[in-house]
Amino acid sequence: MGIADNYSRGRRLLVERPGQALAAVVGVLLVLALFADLAAKLGSGALGVGDVVLLAWRGVVNGLVIGLAGVGLSMTYSILNFANFAHGDYITGGAFVGWAVAWLVAGLGEYDIGSLLSLGLGADVYAPQLGTSIFGAPLALLLGLVAAGVGAIAIALLIDKLVYEPMRGQDGIALLIASIGVAFILRYLIVFVWGTSVTSVADEAGGLRPTVGGVTFSFGYHELTLVVCAVVLMVGVHVLLQRTKLGKAMRAMSDNQDLARVTGIPTERVIKWTWIIGAGLAGVAGYLLILEAGTIAYSRGWILLLLIFAAVILGGIGSVYGAIFGGLVIGLADSMSIIWIPSDFTKAAAFALMILILLFRPSGLFAGRTTA
Amino acid sequence: MSSDTAGSGSAAGDEPTAESDASGADTDAEAPASATGRDDDAGVTATGREADEVGAHIDGTPALAVKNLRKTFGGITAVDGTSFAVEAGKMTGLIGPNGAGKSTTFNLITGFNRPDSGQVLLNGDDITGKQPYEIADRGLVRTFQIARELEEMTVLENMMLGPQHQSGESLWRAVTPGVRSSVKRDEEKVLERVWEMLDFFDIAHLAEEYAGNLSGGQRKLLELARALMTDPDILLLDEPFAGVNPSLENRLLEHVHELREQGYTFLLVEHDIDLIMENCSRVLVLHQGKLLADGEPAEIKADERVIEAYLGGEVE
Amino acid sequence: MSVRDYLDRLTGTGRADTDAGAPGDGAAGTDLGIVVGLMLAVYVVFVAIGVVLGYDTNGIVNALSQVTFLTAVYALVVLALNLHWGYTGLFNIGVAGFMAVGTYTMAMATAAPDARVPGLGLPIWAGIALGMAAAAVIGLVAALPALRLRADYLAIVTIALAEIIRLTYLSSAVQTFTVFGTQLGTGGGSGIGIEADPDTVVVEFLASVPGLNVLFDAFGSVLSGMGVQQSVINNWYYAFVLLVVVVAYYWLLQRIGHSPFGRVLKSIREDEDVARALGKNTRLFKIKSFMVGCSLMGLAGILWFGSYGFINPNTFLPQVTFFVWIALIIGGAGSNTGGVVGAAMFAAVLFELPRYLASIAGDTGGLPSAPPTFARAVGALFDLEPLAFVAYGIDNIGPLRLVLVGVVLIVLMQRRPEGLLGHRKETAASIGLSRPNRSRETTDATAATDGGEEQ
Ligand SMILES: Nc1ncnc2c1ncn2[C@@H]1O[C@H](COP(=O)(O)OP(=O)(O)O)[C@@H](O)[C@H]1O
Ligand SMILES: [Mg+2]
Repeated sequence: MGIADNYSRGRRLLVERPGQALAAVVGVLLVLALFADLAAKLGSGALGVGDVVLLAWRGVVNGLVIGLAGVGLSMTYSILNFANFAHGDYITGGAFVGWAVAWLVAGLGEYDIGSLLSLGLGADVYAPQLGTSIFGAPLALLLGLVAAGVGAIAIALLIDKLVYEPMRGQDGIALLIASIGVAFILRYLIVFVWGTSVTSVADEAGGLRPTVGGVTFSFGYHELTLVVCAVVLMVGVHVLLQRTKLGKAMRAMSDNQDLARVTGIPTERVIKWTWIIGAGLAGVAGYLLILEAGTIAYSRGWILLLLIFAAVILGGIGSVYGAIFGGLVIGLADSMSIIWIPSDFTKAAAFALMILILLFRPSGLFAGRTTA
Repeated sequence: MSSDTAGSGSAAGDEPTAESDASGADTDAEAPASATGRDDDAGVTATGREADEVGAHIDGTPALAVKNLRKTFGGITAVDGTSFAVEAGKMTGLIGPNGAGKSTTFNLITGFNRPDSGQVLLNGDDITGKQPYEIADRGLVRTFQIARELEEMTVLENMMLGPQHQSGESLWRAVTPGVRSSVKRDEEKVLERVWEMLDFFDIAHLAEEYAGNLSGGQRKLLELARALMTDPDILLLDEPFAGVNPSLENRLLEHVHELREQGYTFLLVEHDIDLIMENCSRVLVLHQGKLLADGEPAEIKADERVIEAYLGGEVE
Repeated sequence: MSVRDYLDRLTGTGRADTDAGAPGDGAAGTDLGIVVGLMLAVYVVFVAIGVVLGYDTNGIVNALSQVTFLTAVYALVVLALNLHWGYTGLFNIGVAGFMAVGTYTMAMATAAPDARVPGLGLPIWAGIALGMAAAAVIGLVAALPALRLRADYLAIVTIALAEIIRLTYLSSAVQTFTVFGTQLGTGGGSGIGIEADPDTVVVEFLASVPGLNVLFDAFGSVLSGMGVQQSVINNWYYAFVLLVVVVAYYWLLQRIGHSPFGRVLKSIREDEDVARALGKNTRLFKIKSFMVGCSLMGLAGILWFGSYGFINPNTFLPQVTFFVWIALIIGGAGSNTGGVVGAAMFAAVLFELPRYLASIAGDTGGLPSAPPTFARAVGALFDLEPLAFVAYGIDNIGPLRLVLVGVVLIVLMQRRPEGLLGHRKETAASIGLSRPNRSRETTDATAATDGGEEQ
């Protein structure tokens, strides 16, 4: 793809879709204006470099969680053809399972099993007592991580069996509505077991505080853990989808389900694997999110869901890299827009961005480029 | 452009594209130099002219004309600079192998797709890029290749939908006490026509049936009947006989002929060449988006390139 | 399931009726029968349970008024949503947002200028009109670009819009603000009181109408004679008023549905391209349908949440939208009667009944105290104390009830997506469509000469 090619693409866009071209120009100008404003704010001292870096770092951390969870949503959206409104609750479900296991391992023998599995709901055990940080209980946290993925996968497969499999022939809207039912079941079973309170489950771990040029930065160890895990998993998914037959089959199925079936792709198996990868990443994302945030609550994933949808739509439904990129954009937008707009509106701004994408470029920002 | 509303089955390939949404500024980039569409087609020139003279409107304007129509989808050129005219009161056939661009031509004429370039003239007026409803309003009504009946509506409801500008289509008239009685009176008039039309097409016994329960052939009948309820001047029928059993096909043909005698103009897309040759007074042949031939059935039958293209098309 | 059989039977007769008489007018008798029968059945169940378990009269009557209130308010929103989804096929899951706009606008318009959250101090009727208008306008703003989207995209856009609306009301930036020199406010996170609380205002108004007040007094004195508290009696008054509004909504939406306008909406739901090919300006129809539905949602929000006397942004969580959707699906989208039945089933059976049972069980005692955590409750099971587990369940009936809601929704989508009432033939026309007498003669004539040339 040469420059000339790009150039003619651009020209065609101008001629064929003046509205979109205009929107793109306005968008670019807006971003430039924002950066100019940022530079001015930095120059005038209204904002320090450290503040900006901190916001950007927070944006990256949140964006990776959104992107990691978004991969699964994007895959199920394109392969099973429906918007899964229960995806957020897979995230929460995985997080609770993972943390219950982490607590169990960390406190086994010392504390009552029931109290541990209840995540201290009975006010009889606390995170600092267990030392549930990556330094305090690394093994417990690692096992919890695995359990979060496995738990979410188990939930997803069970639900697929009971709910979606009998509905395979139905259209996306019926499945979407059913997924709302699934969301209710999962969320309120979680409430039934763990209640509605916000409980602190991860212990403090501190962080790196390097000073560069007189400005002190701060990177929490749990944040760093999250970033490392998320990047490793994303690379893993990339390898899985690029190097294996499964990846090829998935791409074929998201392109054309019927054709894939005719050409002998074992669609049921691909669907199972879609759930396994998607839910596994969702569960782990939820677990890491709680590790970094410190507290857990039943509505954690649900609150995140619309942002994940925003990321997936931004990146183009069905695109794994799009979901990751979209996650980073949404994460950064959510955290950094506070520089320009009141903090009350940062989430609203992310939703508004998603609506604009759906209205003007429903195939995502990278439409036309086939990825996994 | 939406289409999936209640989530009924999707017709792959008929997905309307986003292009048709762009505002009206970007059409008609190049004015066609020669608009006859016969410049590459020396063989039929003479008769082509003759046909023009016979079928022309009183003022010489054809009922429908397209000029240098072009449409691409990504890399595919579906319609490639096609020009032709349809004479009023005649039955014109449009044939061509699968993928020749027949349905796309229909979509371009009826406003479902926006042409990249070219013009559509209805009784001499430029209707290029107008909305489908505006075009239907001007008396040009189409049917779809895959019969698109409104499945969960009864045959009667389907038919009642046809007439345009019904007083009760206005929301306030439909609900306001007092005014509604005039709506009811208008509906009674429509209803009478509906039953006449159902009788004409011999589907009155299906009146209470859901359209989704009809057989393929019955759906085609219903679709034509429903289109007629709009009181059109020109009907564009996309493969109206596909999937219709022979006896029903004959009946449908009879109806079409009868309607033509009453003054309706028809443009008919059909797969079956023989059927077109027997029933149309003029035949257009489309091949790879281009108009290959345009003339009376006899000439088309004798046209070497048509035979070649068709055989090529049929074989693959 | 006996309820379903019962409904099936009723619908069976309903279907026969529809073909005979004018739709919307003729079948109304049976449909009314379905709804009234269902409500009576619900009342009987509630009373029976209350009596058997020894619940006091005040409690039973209060529960019944609660059931009636919830059924009515759900019916209002469900009917409005049915116009969007059931008739026009517009997948709107931003219902809570449109209700928020209606209710907030009304609250801000009617709040006194010197209240904690200052408002315009307008009378309630003006507030209601403004609320409905505002919801319609927001509906228009959403409709203009979004109604051409695919159903699932429209769903995401509408739920995101509803969240944007909620977050905006939540924002401290608009807690109080000044336009044209007038102080106004939303109250931000701490909410806003509703000065002209519809239930008080409406009930006071009714009590002042000669004739009606006698009726209300008589009803009230009968109940208070049975030991029912005045507040419960007032709830009943308001519930009656709401039922009247439900009838008005039903009447309006039946008229819309059974008209050429409704016929075009239905055709858009089935296949928008066909409607366009037949010369219908579908965009305009969709916008109208959307705006009308939104303003009806706005009014429903006012009558529902407004009557609580106080709202805050979390009154309008996406939850609310999903509840309304589930009610619509239970009854069967596309049918107004189905919508009302769904509202009653959802509000009474899924929502109130479990809570009612639990509160009776809690009151009547006999159960051990509930363990504090689920783990303890499970532990109690191992200690062969199942009653402790039951007590935990009763203590946590709130979430269990919502699990049940989810299960019901899934089972319906799998087994009976057309709703409890099944498929209903509701002809979209203002008149009966049977063959008019005059043309029957001409047909007979045609039939006689059939085979030759017709006409
Ligand atoms: N909406 C569309 N998007 C992409 N390609 C299309 C679309 N509609 C038609 N085409 C392509 O245009 C060509 C002409 O199709 P069509 O007009 O349906 O042919 P016909 O009706 O003669 O069989 C085909 O190659 C078809 O795949
Ligand atoms: Mg075709």
